[in-house]
Amino acid sequence: MKFTKDHEWVEVEGDVATVGISGYAAEQLGDVVFVETPEVGKVVKQGEGLAVVESVKAASDVYAPVSGEVVEANGQLSDAPETVNAVPEAGGWFAKIKLSNPSEVDALMDRVAYEAFLSTL
Amino acid sequence: MSDPDLKKTPLYDAHVAAGARMVPFAGYHMPVQYKDGVLKEHLWTREHAGLFDVSHMGQARLRGDNPAKSFEKLVSADYQGLKPGKQRYAVLPNAEGGVIDDLMTARPDDDGLFIVVNGACKDNDYAIIAKALEGEATVERLEDRALLALQGPKAAAVLAAHVPQAAGMVFMDTAALTAFGTDAIISRSGYTGEDGYEISVPATEAARIWNTLLEDERVKAIGLGARDSLRLEAGLPLYGHDMDETISPIEAGMPFAVGKSRREAGDYLGAERIAKELAGDLKRVRVNLKVLEGAPAREGAQIADETGAVVGVVTSGGFGPSYGGAIAIGFAPPALSAIGTKLKVIVRGKPQAVEVVASPFVPTRYVRKI
Repeated sequence: MKFTKDHEWVEVEGDVATVGISGYAAEQLGDVVFVETPEVGKVVKQGEGLAVVESVKAASDVYAPVSGEVVEANGQLSDAPETVNAVPEAGGWFAKIKLSNPSEVDALMDRVAYEAFLSTL
Repeated sequence: MSDPDLKKTPLYDAHVAAGARMVPFAGYHMPVQYKDGVLKEHLWTREHAGLFDVSHMGQARLRGDNPAKSFEKLVSADYQGLKPGKQRYAVLPNAEGGVIDDLMTARPDDDGLFIVVNGACKDNDYAIIAKALEGEATVERLEDRALLALQGPKAAAVLAAHVPQAAGMVFMDTAALTAFGTDAIISRSGYTGEDGYEISVPATEAARIWNTLLEDERVKAIGLGARDSLRLEAGLPLYGHDMDETISPIEAGMPFAVGKSRREAGDYLGAERIAKELAGDLKRVRVNLKVLEGAPAREGAQIADETGAVVGVVTSGGFGPSYGGAIAIGFAPPALSAIGTKLKVIVRGKPQAVEVVASPFVPTRYVRKI
């Protein structure tokens, strides 16, 4: 699993990356009450808006950590948005993206680097 | 937390020690939530009792030969008719019938009037009041006092254990008394839709009283995040959002802010517009919206009719934890304000179905009789 400074994670299997937000991000957001996942087929560039996650208080953008085409969205989140809080780095994933530029993944932080980054916040 | 201009309430250290997330609000470091988070804090207040630090709000004494008569020059309520031991809501209108601030005025004792105004507005309010009433009344800012709110169905039982007199009060009663071994001004009121009290105490005593109340297992500290979702469910407008210098109290659905005697006399600022609006000549009115599909509609989201034409805007919105869904307050033309009217809100470019519903979203539980 790799992480961005915006607290998204990606897990790559073959040429598809599963994307979510980190446990730290989920904790900061508080109770998630709504998730807007992307349409399948949407083409995103790294850093563009991918999804929106809403707590009681506010809406926050989730950015695409990698470029590519959305091949699947997590439909479970429409009925159970709290999954993002319960298992942010597993069942609380947002979308799967077919990588258009796999080398982008190499530049992301591994968990040790991400945790070191968190300690600077 | 690095902004050196932000002020601290007397409870700042208690909030930090309790693990609160502090944010800038109305010029103060304020707790937006504690460790439980907004959702749980909201529900706790509806089921038990929540304790809020609202010391950022402005507390003041208005004194003079006849402070109620003087104050009526500026505010819309009937304050000459305000009985001892009572408090009443009012707005400070501008000449156009918009609202400079909304406020509570109380007569807890013989020492003039006790007023509580919004934190973000207080400097401006006091300047306006002092200038307009120069020579007849004075405003003393009570900077040395803290304000706590204890809200929820268990609030009365919790407070009665410390302040037996509080049990004998009803909604909007106020009293200056000795409580927690110090001088307090207590009103049975609040901003959550629940029964409860607002408790003004000396700043030096605030932390002790805060901790004393928290020793009761029915009480938890609640942040401003839940305060906002609670007041939204209670259908209470938030100044600067659902009421401002352009929105009148009548448009905002608060006609009781203008007292009967004042309506008859028409002797308040903005009376021309407000009288017309009271007679039914309104361009827009406050609507309560239930979001039927999609994302929560937040402040700034446009409201459209069923053809897609934009007819208004959301001024407060979010998720109502007790309501169990997304709700919003906004403004729409009177013809589209009837309960049951189907409208749309535009969230991130997408129209979503909403329906006009009654206010409040969640029944209020004020204790009007004991």
